[in-house]
Amino acid sequence: MSEASADEIMTVVAARELKDRVVCFVGIGLPSTAANLARRMHAPNAVLVYESGTIGAKPTRPPLSIGDGELADTADAVVSVPEIFSYWLQAGRVDVGFLGAAQVDRFGNINTTVVGDYRMPKVRLPGAGGAPEIAASAKETFIMLRQSSRAFVCELDFCTSVGNHEGGDSRDALGMTGGGPSVIITDIGVLRPEAVTREFVLTALHPGRTEAEAIAATGWPLRISEQLTATDPPTEAELSTLRALKAGVA
Amino acid sequence: MAEVMSLTEAVSTFVSDGDIIALEGFTHLIPFAVGHEIIRQGRRDLTLVRMTPDVLYDQMIGAGCARKLIFSWGGNPGVGSLHRFRDAVEHGWPRPLEIEEHSHAGMAARYVAGASGLPFGVLRGYSGTSFADYTDTIAEIICPFTGERLTAVPALRPDVGVIHAQQADRHGNIGLWGIQGVQKEAVLSAARSIVTVEEIVDVLDSRVTVTLPSWVVSAIAVVPGGAHPSYAHDYSERDNGFYVAWEEIARDRETFTSWADEFIVRRQSAGVL
Repeated sequence: MSEASADEIMTVVAARELKDRVVCFVGIGLPSTAANLARRMHAPNAVLVYESGTIGAKPTRPPLSIGDGELADTADAVVSVPEIFSYWLQAGRVDVGFLGAAQVDRFGNINTTVVGDYRMPKVRLPGAGGAPEIAASAKETFIMLRQSSRAFVCELDFCTSVGNHEGGDSRDALGMTGGGPSVIITDIGVLRPEAVTREFVLTALHPGRTEAEAIAATGWPLRISEQLTATDPPTEAELSTLRALKAGVA
Repeated sequence: MAEVMSLTEAVSTFVSDGDIIALEGFTHLIPFAVGHEIIRQGRRDLTLVRMTPDVLYDQMIGAGCARKLIFSWGGNPGVGSLHRFRDAVEHGWPRPLEIEEHSHAGMAARYVAGASGLPFGVLRGYSGTSFADYTDTIAEIICPFTGERLTAVPALRPDVGVIHAQQADRHGNIGLWGIQGVQKEAVLSAARSIVTVEEIVDVLDSRVTVTLPSWVVSAIAVVPGGAHPSYAHDYSERDNGFYVAWEEIARDRETFTSWADEFIVRRQSAGVL
């Protein structure tokens, strides 16, 4: 089997974070692939919730959109959009929310809205979707994105979704019911928040990656955990299942 | 009571320049045929409302129909950007586009308030974000019972709500199933509504999960495939290939304009009657 690509390592590491029986609110792309990989490996009873109102969807291949028909066909329940956001997400029935980002800061706050000035943007991004309330209400959130100094910034151009806000207990003061971001998974390694400051520090490096690479790809002075670990490389089973899943034959 | 009419007549009767109009459908049942008819009839200065602007609003914005967009996620799902939307926001082409931006939960709360005849909706959200710096339809409120800080958003009350559905029966009752989105709320919050359907049947299918009685709908037009490249569950598949191809069609102004001219403007109105 060919060696794992950076995106494949990221997806495998994210899948490992999901425990069995977890209720997971997934966005499209890498998070959806990771959640479906987890279901085929160690978490067969993970419940996948998509913002299109499909609860307990079991797609045979990663969907292109959150509204592909297969999600509705395989779901335990199909509910309206107002219902998915009120009864299920804001009421606290989601354990893990998976979020992507264009920019993330040291406290795990996320921008998916604009690069540059809001009214005269350099790049207009898609915007919020369901992310702000996932970030506010899920018991914890996992953030997945490729690491670069353009994405890992000192200051967000726009705060779309709140993570650990300004650090410390500042998130709690906002009255959020969910626990906030617990991990950032990148193509270089894994970051987790420090206990008191709630600032994200590097806690694991993927195979072949270095601390210097991680520091260079971070726009704030990235700190390295004293308990820095090495990510176990993807197993044959993980890789073959992931590739079969993407090919639609798993 | 809903009146069955042609797509052309439905749009010319119920959509005027300057209207606030919501064409809904959450990936599923997006009323593309109505949007294309609006482009053909040259409607201008519309305020377009939609949670996920999607390829349809990219086309309507690129064709110059829109003055303002009220939305919560403006991308091509699973593919990337909406280039006509971006061009309008970043460069004002073909005309400047005012935006009023929310999250999905905020938009959903606004539709529910509109459908309920309430002045505003409530949610846990937006606190700590940058939204309120730029969107004036977001306000903090204090719960009078618990003292919790929450967010209020005003009701959406479009002039026209537009959806696609699988079926209407002979009395004009609408039935749909599969992913429901905010189809119900888009019709019930609006002053007038247009529903395109795959077919008219004697009795609605037992698979129907959402029913809208005839007396809340203004016009029904029979347009099989009227959601393409979106889809109607159990009638058609989502044309994912078109969504992928849109990336290249929409990237460039001239490519888009000649595509729209060939596939929308010079096409006959869709539908059967």
